[in-house]
Amino acid sequence: MASEVVDATAAKPRGGRFCTVCNDRRPALKRPKTLEQICKECFYAVFEDEIHRVIVDNHLFKPGERIAIGASGGKDSTVLAYVLSELNIRHGYGLDLFLLSIDEGITGYRDDSLETVKRNEIQYGLPLKVVSYKELYGWTMDEIVKLIGLKNNCTFCGVFRRQALDRGAALLKVDKLVTGHNADDIAETVLLNILRGDIARLSRCTSITTGEDGPIPRCKPFKYTYEKEIVMYAYFKRLDYFSTECIYSPNAYRGFAREFIKDLERIRPRAILDIIKSGEDFRISTSTKMPEQGNCERCGYISSQKWCKACVLLEGLNRGLPKLGIGRTRGLNNESNKDMKETNGTKGLQSKQCGTLDF
Amino acid sequence: MQLTLEFGGGLELLCDSVKIHNVNVEPQAEGKKLTMKHLLSWVRTNLIKERPEMFMKGDTVRPGVLVLVNDCDWELSGQLETVLEEKDAVVFISTLHGG
Ligand SMILES: [Zn+2]
Ligand SMILES: [Zn+2]
Ligand SMILES: [Zn+2]
Repeated sequence: MASEVVDATAAKPRGGRFCTVCNDRRPALKRPKTLEQICKECFYAVFEDEIHRVIVDNHLFKPGERIAIGASGGKDSTVLAYVLSELNIRHGYGLDLFLLSIDEGITGYRDDSLETVKRNEIQYGLPLKVVSYKELYGWTMDEIVKLIGLKNNCTFCGVFRRQALDRGAALLKVDKLVTGHNADDIAETVLLNILRGDIARLSRCTSITTGEDGPIPRCKPFKYTYEKEIVMYAYFKRLDYFSTECIYSPNAYRGFAREFIKDLERIRPRAILDIIKSGEDFRISTSTKMPEQGNCERCGYISSQKWCKACVLLEGLNRGLPKLGIGRTRGLNNESNKDMKETNGTKGLQSKQCGTLDF
Repeated sequence: MQLTLEFGGGLELLCDSVKIHNVNVEPQAEGKKLTMKHLLSWVRTNLIKERPEMFMKGDTVRPGVLVLVNDCDWELSGQLETVLEEKDAVVFISTLHGG
């Protein structure tokens, strides 16, 4: 049979049509954003070009800037590191790129994902900086979990990681930090903030750049990039990423929101972009008091309270009162700041957790 | 029928952490074609060792699981109706694990 001499992939006309962009090669995927059927080569081109457009249109970078890529070893940050270093060369952004990883001290999870990041360091030629919870806070996540159990560990994980990224970025003396949050992540966060009535976070979570008033601005070049395309890109390019869940992670509420988004996407792929648009169009009413930014009296990190969240949590750990600072009863800060009004912006502590959101 | 099945993006954890499985799957009935629909239920019965809800929802894959047949998105080949042939390679990748 003639088909035996042709390789299996080429011999299978599935669907039989051609790529809607080049009209020459066989399509390899259906784009969720546009429903176009496109081939691998055209996919690489449009995928990279859309990210380039987002970077240019939103003025994300200036020539000569030092940029840290928050690298977890997972799909999003791995694809981000790869694409950003490609675009930096191709379009002459003039950026100094670095990989920045956090070692939470989770045996068997972060060890393995850090190995992936170390391979990425070599593969993409980007210098890597690893900062650990142990060196910053004196505690590993394993030690914290041993003390507090599994129930509230994500509070620690989330608060500590956010600050650790800022501290790592400061050590690298970078101008900005980029993270791999994709369109699906942002849609999910919009939905969660609506469900929680967290207007302060809702208006912030769709911004492509945040923290411009803080120590290090953060931006999300993948704001409009679908998770499906990120994974397809990584698969077709055979990029090396790590894909095991954080063993301490499961957050059921966020899980449901995720599943809901994915169900919507299946019925109507544009839903993801529509949800982001909805989030962008919400305006903060004047009656919602936004938290005032100051500095933590203990460590100097930005904080709307006397002590930053990390310091409150650490105080609890070190005093053997690990529940301190978890949830809505804020121990130390309550004592010293009785007149401080609870605002929407400070209430999300309990729900800020690990997983895809902070990296 | 000989098929190569690959599990990625964390789905391999549901089948003893083995990523690539060379398997032999027969159509549901003599003289019938083997479809993805049948393959999915075969995989669920024969390869998935734990948490099948991470892999399937109803009679199809869970939303967020990507499927490729011979390196081509199954959304282009009819999803559950895709007809498989000898030596086809089917890849399942979860998009739901980690960032
Ligand atoms: Zn093409
Ligand atoms: Zn502090
Ligand atoms: Zn965690």
